[in-house]
Parts: sequence; structure tokens; C-alpha cells
Amino acid sequence: MEKLIGVWIAAFLTLCIYSFLYRDNPFYRFAEHLFVGISVGYGIVLSIHQGLIPFAWTPFWQAITQWPPGWGLTKLIPIAIGLLFFARLIPSYAWLIRYPIAILMGIGSGLAIPNVMQADIFRQVHGTLTPFSQIHAGTLSGPEIFGAILMLIGVISTLTYFFFSVEHRGVVGGVSKVGILFLMIGFGSAFGNTVMGRVSLLIQRVEFLLQDWLHFI
Amino acid sequence: MRRQVPLALCFVFGVVMVLIEFSPHPYSKSLYNEVINWSLIIGPFALVLGVATLVQTHWIRIRRRAEYWQYSFVVLIGMIVMVAIGIPFGPSHKAFKWLFMNIQVPMDATMFSLLAFFIASASYRAFRARTLEATLLLVAALIVMIGNAPIGDFIWNKIMPFDNLPSTVRQWILENPNLSSRRGVILGVSLGVISQSIRIILGIERSYLGGGD
Amino acid sequence: MLKKIMRIDRRIIFILVALAVIIPTLLKVSFPITVSEPTRKLYDYIEDLPSGSTVLIAFDYGPSSMAELQPMGMAFLRHCFQKKIQVIGMTLVTDGATLGYEIMQEAAKTTDAIDGEDYVYLGFRPGTIQVMLGMGTTINSIFESDYKEKPLAEIPMMAGIKNYDQIDLVLDLASSSTTEAWIAYINTRYNQKIAAGVTGVIISQMYPYLQTEQLIGLMPGLLGAAEYETLIDTPAKATKRMSVQSFVHLLVFGLVILGNVAFFIQKRENENV
Repeated sequence: MEKLIGVWIAAFLTLCIYSFLYRDNPFYRFAEHLFVGISVGYGIVLSIHQGLIPFAWTPFWQAITQWPPGWGLTKLIPIAIGLLFFARLIPSYAWLIRYPIAILMGIGSGLAIPNVMQADIFRQVHGTLTPFSQIHAGTLSGPEIFGAILMLIGVISTLTYFFFSVEHRGVVGGVSKVGILFLMIGFGSAFGNTVMGRVSLLIQRVEFLLQDWLHFI
Repeated sequence: MRRQVPLALCFVFGVVMVLIEFSPHPYSKSLYNEVINWSLIIGPFALVLGVATLVQTHWIRIRRRAEYWQYSFVVLIGMIVMVAIGIPFGPSHKAFKWLFMNIQVPMDATMFSLLAFFIASASYRAFRARTLEATLLLVAALIVMIGNAPIGDFIWNKIMPFDNLPSTVRQWILENPNLSSRRGVILGVSLGVISQSIRIILGIERSYLGGGD
Repeated sequence: MLKKIMRIDRRIIFILVALAVIIPTLLKVSFPITVSEPTRKLYDYIEDLPSGSTVLIAFDYGPSSMAELQPMGMAFLRHCFQKKIQVIGMTLVTDGATLGYEIMQEAAKTTDAIDGEDYVYLGFRPGTIQVMLGMGTTINSIFESDYKEKPLAEIPMMAGIKNYDQIDLVLDLASSSTTEAWIAYINTRYNQKIAAGVTGVIISQMYPYLQTEQLIGLMPGLLGAAEYETLIDTPAKATKRMSVQSFVHLLVFGLVILGNVAFFIQKRENENV
């Protein structure tokens, strides 16, 4: 029974959202606001049950109930720092929120530098140049050699396009124009794949309406 | 206190995380684990704050009778119902899952599926081969679209030689010119991320502290 | 006439799109799927894994991408369960928590996989990068219990699994930048093998990582899901949906061509005038 009620509610809300295709209307606005409320509520529950409780409440409780007191008390420091986020709600103390934000920004930035450098710069440059060592070793076929040269031209020209410290004139201008062409192909590919992504959602919703709700298939 | 201490904290934590990456010493590893644990504990509080801000926003809309203020009640009721069921009984409870699967999931999916209609409409109205660049974009998009669709290979195999040419050409485009441009973007963005991270650690970039004093 | 064609009401296009989906869905059309190299690489990697290996799946998506990623997850899980490969499920995004749980339960039913012995679902933890890195030390430090709050120490499957050293592959089913994070932090730091199944919007940005083998395989969108279903010889939702997809792609293709033809004819007429 609850499955049937669920299907009808889901179908009603689906059609409320699709009514927007005709024009904005109260049904769409109702569904949109309900969606915001439900998803925020869902987020709160998950954040508390699977975030605050295991990471903050449980260590806090263990720290204060542990006897004799041990290293668990050190967990109280980040909990106290985390609570500073709520200072935002009191205007005269809102500046305290800078402490936890600064710590998280520092940690995030510190983690990013070596890892992004390794994964997104060194490895990517390595990937661009590796085929040329294979060309030298004679292990690549004709089309693969063409692909490797095309890749190098594409990477250099795309990077040149994004290099705004030098005016795009003459040779630099010509190379950056080639970069634009490669970028256009990249964006076109992205568009083609995005169409697939969005249409698949539509197909799923139509399947739900025709199969689960109306039982036409 | 208000600016210098946060900047100092950012610097200390940032430098420590960078240096730890290059230190194999066991104490470094313990320090690394402790810092990660700290960020895991601090992080969820930010999520809860975001929610408190949203509640505040909608409450103000109701009080001030802003445009469509009645719908703010819908937001708050939806949120209260989910919280009332989820917090005491947990996210794996039947009723909570039912609400998620029959209300949030269909609406979330339907919202984004609207884009399928708008993509088709926008493609028809705005996708024009006015310049060489636009033509390249258009041709690449069309080849990828037809290459992705199984009907492309199906029709091609019936009437032409070279089996599966549409999907082969699509794959070649993705693995060659597309790869090159994406790699250029990755390199450019990564250099930007690293320089921004260095600026944040050194205190040159301070926008995350907000305005005021 | 040309002006009418170029200024057609967009609601007519909406109706055409709706019909291009509804009619093939009702008629149950079907086309064969051509398998691409990235999907085949992932399939071959799983095929080569011995029974008893462990795979971690990160269900990093929400309802807005489940149409593509849920069938992917289902096909991959079926393959793993058929090969008696242990699966650990988790997610880094809030919306993925319930979706990941549901898909693992559904896949387990089709292959008689047992919760706690063949698979375990850990759920969600906030923090993305910190969660990934924390699991590199010990999984237990991040997930002390599974999604149903059973302590990991009481789950037989988790007895021998401490961190990434015991995991043979991480598959990220992603609709945002989590795959790049898995590559940057976990592949780089722990040399962990990473594969991805991604939504259509971000397919093209995965190819640089495929070429450098930072990704060992890739399922590109709904097509990737259909390809994997073809490889495991179990055509299901993705295969059906890709067949329907074909007609919408043809429609968009036709609309773009029509729009451009009308544009160029009008341009020529204006030049002649």
C-alpha cells in the first residue's frame, strides 16, 4: 500500500515540475519549495547522524567519561573550534568563525599543493611526452605517432591561449588561435556527452510514469 | 586577534601539511593523522551552520511577507518532517527512506531532466555555424551525439563499409583533440590552484576571512 | 516560411522531445551496443581479479545523476558478485547515502550475495578529501560501523581489511569532481588503482587521466552502463534506455541541421537583397 501511495505522490510531483515547461505556476513553485525543504532536512539528518555523531559527539563523550583522563581529551580542542562556526549567528561574535575557516583553508591548501602538482601537472606532462620516447623506441604505429604529435600541439596551443601575460599577436597569436580550435572541439564533445546525460534523466522519468505509475509497459 | 591569529593558523596548518608530505618519519605520520582527524571533526559543523542560515532566511521571508512567502512554510514543513523522523530513528529507517525515495528523488531527477528539453530548444535556436570555431564546436558535438547513440552504428553498418565508424570517430575525437584541450585546461587550472593555495597559506589571499575589520 | 521555421515556439520542440522519448519507450525498440575501449579495460581488470579480491565503490552521486550511474553500479556489482569479489560501498556525498544502500541491496538479491560476507555498505561521512585520506590510515578511523550501525569489528568481511593496501580497485561513480580528488590524493599517495563511472557532463574531462593510466578504466555515462551490461551479457535498463536515447539524439541532430540550413538560406537571401 505504501508503495502505491509513494508512486502516486512521486508521479504527482513529477508532473508538477514538468508543468514548468508550459509556464511558471503554483504547482511548480510548491514542488520546488517542497524539494528544497525535504533535501535540506535530509542533509541535516545525514550531517548529524553520519558526521557530527561519529566525529564529534562520540569522541567528546568518550573523552569526558574516560577515567583516568587520557589523550582522548585532545579531541575537545577541534570540537571547540568547530563550535565557533555557530558564532556566525551572533553578530557581535561573528568574527570568531574565521578561526575554523582559516584552519580548514590551511589544511586544504597544504594538502592540495603537493598532490595536485604530482597528479595534475607532473603526471599530465609525463603523459604528453611519453609517446615520444615510444616513437624513439619505434613501438608506435603511424596513426599513434600522428595522435601523439596532435596531442602535443593541442596541449601547447591550449596552454598558450590561457597565457595572458603576453599579448596574443604574431606567433603567439597564431598558436593561441590553434588552441581555440582544440578547445572548441573539446567543448563540442562535452556538449554531445551532456545531451546524453540530460536525456537519460528524461528517459528514466518517462519510464517511471509509463511503467511504475500507468503500467503501460 | 580578529585577523592576525586566523592568518597565522592558516599559515601554520598549511606549511605543516606541505612539509609532512615529504617526511617519512613516524612522528610526521602521527601528526598527519591527527590533523586529518581535526579537519574531520571541524568540518560537519559547517554543514549544520549552512542549514541554520537557510532556516533563518526563510523565517525572515515569512515575517516580512516577501513575494511568495507562503511557499517558505512548505520549505520549513518539509525540513521539519525529515528531521523529526530522521534524527530519532536514523537515516536507514523505513519512513525516512520512503520520504527520500518518493519525494526527493523524483523531484531532483525531474528538475534536472527539464534540461533535456531546454538543451534541444537551445540547440535549435542558437547553435549556428557562424564562424570556423562555432562550426568546429557544432561538428564535434554532432559526431559525438551520433557516435553515442547505438542507432548511429546500426544504420551505418547497414548501408556503409567500415563497421561502427560513428562510434570509432567519436572515440578518436575524445581520445585525441578533446584530450589535448582538456589536458591544457587541467594544467592551467592546476597551476592556478597551486598558486592560489600558496597565496592562501602566505596570507596574501584573505577573502575567506570576509569583510569588516 | 523560413522565419516561421527559425522562430518556432519552443513548446513545440518540447513536445517533439517528449514524443521522441515516449514512443520508442512504448514500442520497446532495441539496438546493439558497441563496446568502447575504456569500458572494456575496466571489465578486463575485474575479470582478471581472483575470487576473494576486494573492490571499493564510492557512490558519489545524487538523484540528478542516478539515471546514468545507478545502472552502471548495478552492472558492476553483478559482475563483482558473480566473480565472488568482495565489495565495500561508501559515499562522499549526502544524497548518495540512501541510493548506494538501495542499489547494493538490489544487486545482492539478484546474485544471493550476503551482507557482511560478500559486501558491506559503510554509508556517508562528510569531508571528501579528509575521508579519503583517513581511510588510507585505517577504514575503521572513518567508519566505525556500517550504514546500519553494526560495528565493523563484528562484520566478518572487514576482518582482513584495514586500508587501501587490501583494496584492489576503487570505483568512483561520480557526477562531480570527486574522481579528480580520488586520483589526486589516493592514486598519487597510495598508488591505489582507480576507475570511474561518470555522468555525461564530465566524460570528456576524464580522458587525460585514462591516457596516463591514473584511471585504469572508465564507464562513460549511460552508454558506459549499457556497454558494461553487454560485456556481462545481462542487458538491462541501460541498454533499453540507450536505444530510446538514440531517437532523441537523432531529433537534436535534425533540429540543429534544420536550424543551420534555415539560417544559411536566410543569410543568402539577405545578402542578395
